[in-house]
Amino acid sequence: MALVLTEEQSMLRDSARGLISDKAPVSHLRHLRDSKDPAGFSKELWHAFAEMGFAGLLVPEEFGGSGLGFMEAGVVMEEIGRTLMPSPFLATSVVAASALNRGGNAAQKSDYLPKISNGSLLATLAVDEGAKHRPLQTSLRAVRAGNGFKLSGAKALVVDGHVADLLIVAARTAGSAGEREGLTLFLVNPAAKGVAVERTIMVDAHNAARIEFANVEVNADSVLGEVDQGATLLDGVLDIGRGAVAAEMVGLSDEVFNRTVEYLKSRKQFGKLIGEFQALQHRAAELYVDIEITRAATMKALQALGADVAKAASAVAVAKARACTTATRAVQEGVQMHGGMGMTDQFDIGFFMKRARVCEELFGDANYHTEQLARARGY
Amino acid sequence: MSDSKSTDSETADLDTFRGETRAWLEANCPPEMRKPATSDADVFWGGRNTKLSSEPQRIWFERMRDKGWTVPDWPKEYGGGGLSAAEHKVLRAEMAKMGARPPLSSFGIWMLGPALLKYGNEAQKKEHLPKIAAGLIRWCQGYSEPNAGSDLASLQTRAEGDGDDFIITGSKIWTSYANYADWIFCLVRTDPAAKKHDGISFILFDMASKGVSTKPILLISGYSPFCETFFDGVRVPKSHVVGTVNRGWDVAKYLLQHERAMISGMGERGVGRPLGQIAADSVGTDAQGRLDDSMLRAEIAGFDVDEAALAACAERAVDLAKAGQAHPAFSSAMKYYGTELNKRRYEILMSAGGIDALEWESERSKQGARPRAWLRTKANSIEGGTSEVMLGIVAKRILDLPGA
Ligand SMILES: Cc1cc2nc3c(=O)[nH]c(=O)nc-3n(C[C@H](O)[C@H](O)[C@H](O)COP(=O)(O)OP(=O)(O)OC[C@H]3O[C@@H](n4cnc5c(N)ncnc54)[C@H](O)[C@@H]3O)c2cc1C
Repeated sequence: MALVLTEEQSMLRDSARGLISDKAPVSHLRHLRDSKDPAGFSKELWHAFAEMGFAGLLVPEEFGGSGLGFMEAGVVMEEIGRTLMPSPFLATSVVAASALNRGGNAAQKSDYLPKISNGSLLATLAVDEGAKHRPLQTSLRAVRAGNGFKLSGAKALVVDGHVADLLIVAARTAGSAGEREGLTLFLVNPAAKGVAVERTIMVDAHNAARIEFANVEVNADSVLGEVDQGATLLDGVLDIGRGAVAAEMVGLSDEVFNRTVEYLKSRKQFGKLIGEFQALQHRAAELYVDIEITRAATMKALQALGADVAKAASAVAVAKARACTTATRAVQEGVQMHGGMGMTDQFDIGFFMKRARVCEELFGDANYHTEQLARARGY
Repeated sequence: MSDSKSTDSETADLDTFRGETRAWLEANCPPEMRKPATSDADVFWGGRNTKLSSEPQRIWFERMRDKGWTVPDWPKEYGGGGLSAAEHKVLRAEMAKMGARPPLSSFGIWMLGPALLKYGNEAQKKEHLPKIAAGLIRWCQGYSEPNAGSDLASLQTRAEGDGDDFIITGSKIWTSYANYADWIFCLVRTDPAAKKHDGISFILFDMASKGVSTKPILLISGYSPFCETFFDGVRVPKSHVVGTVNRGWDVAKYLLQHERAMISGMGERGVGRPLGQIAADSVGTDAQGRLDDSMLRAEIAGFDVDEAALAACAERAVDLAKAGQAHPAFSSAMKYYGTELNKRRYEILMSAGGIDALEWESERSKQGARPRAWLRTKANSIEGGTSEVMLGIVAKRILDLPGA
């Protein structure tokens, strides 16, 4: 498959860009942050998003979605990255929709997917427990009780955790932390007895929560996929999330880069435009190459996911690892080349730096994915 | 032979000094002052507007001040400790060993003091140095302007003669702590007709003077330590010029060397525990006690190598200076490397901290102390001259490269 957008994909990008840059430029995020918005995102905008078919982008048409693929999801994520618009798209429409679509039984799909498509249900995956992303280290316990299970433990960095209507919780039904066997995904209502949700105010002003589960009772119907065999489902869903985050990082890197190049062309020092200094020219050129490489790796990963999620792991690891290093570099160069300006809150560049840092930790950082690649290649 | 004898007795004297110093520090440095400050609020900056934040901080400051050890190597007549370079090095080493923090942080100590000692007249030294040493007056630095950042010498703030006074008009930007400072050391243009480096003067004045105003600028770290500063016809006696009128660039450059040396050492006062230990808290260790993240471990080990080498180089830089062999532009090389390394330290700290380091507002995260510090370090390679400008100076002044 060619690593270029098709005509339809370009049209999708243009319409996403139109809506996002119009309704949610960086000042939108700034406003949400400064007003300490309780939802952390604009519901109105989310509904407009749903009406354009984005909320159900990955949901099959039979459940009311548009049945598009991961490339298309990546196209939207990249646009989100350009303005840092906070929205439930990643958690609900990409990660949770994929989990339900891939792991759900007929009843679960018809219960939830249509509501995801029309934007009325927000869902999220709760996986990380420690400071670093280590899905197999899951130790939140689900023990059998009556005809169902009781969940106990805690999750951190649950994206959109405090606004979600449905939690998809990775739990351990057998084995111990570190093992692949014994993981199970559960659908949990955050309003259930014993669930405590605490919103965490994060460096990037996007939504995240810590969630505690104290003997939370769920019935057998709430198992997503198979008991004890959740690792494979989880791997696939996480890889889809990683591909999407990589696309967001490509968008944010590209945007910071464009802004920086503009600055190089307009700021004067020593009677010259600073873009005339070769010390900066070469670095700008290198960053351009970095971003192009990362864009290609990310497209490759999204295509691989589209072909077969189970076989996409290495391509995804390459994309996420690259996206992390490139985004870090792009935001650092952005601040540095803007000089003192880059350090001010009034200037937007700091927002990109903060979001890049969170995207880096989300679903595994560059080290994590480089290590995964080494393992996949057998060394 | 007599040479080696005098060296022997010097060494013996130094050993005595070391013993006494260690004992004094042990007896006088409160335990609370033996770890790095955790936030800017915990640092004592001196001046009319800054209070000592705790009893241990007060005790530590006052005892050090009384010994002249807020500025150990300044002459005693100006409030200093009168220590030789060798003694000063011993004192620093002993303080570092016990983790003792500086009793007073001050632009007066780091930047203005050395410039006044070299270029100030006797009256200026007598007037200002003891107050800096005693933490009575807090200084800020009025160098940068909106269109004169890296290209500092293109500054436009002008000072026009009026009898015995100058009338100063213009504005500065990025003036750190201008809103808390008592006095400013400021670069002004006294001869607009001269070539750009030749018409600048270095002048001191009270921030409470009529016509001075400041406006804080909020940083990406969420703090606002620096300001826009405006001068609207500020009247300053001509006697407040340090050095010769129109020759202020020499003073400015000399001061910048000290600023750069200070900034390059910023990381040393940083985080306390070694990175490897901090990382172990969040990623854990394997059965052999190694960090359970081989990539991060390699990154930290690489960092430790570079940090140890830089520390050796910093020590050597002091010794070279003492031996009169230092290149005047070497502080630019150190500033470049020290600040880039400190940024790397905080990148590693952030990735070691993972999710826990992403919290911005909570008790648990001490109101985001770590991410805020991380964001602050991004300025290290900008303030006091950017990394690009430092490398340019090395290329031009040390390597003598053409056209650089
Ligand atoms: C936290 C902080 C505190 C500060 N405190 C003070 C203070 O107390 N008092 C004060 O007076 N100033 C202060 N400054 C200002 C600081 O000195 C300037 O920001 C700095 O000199 C850079 O100037 P600028 O911001 O105008 O950037 P610019 O000069 O516009 O630089 C923009 C970019 O161009 C690059 N560039 C410029 N010239 C060249 C060249 N010749 N070759 C290659 N690249 C080049 C720079 O390296 C940078 O990447 C502070 C700055 C910060 C960030």
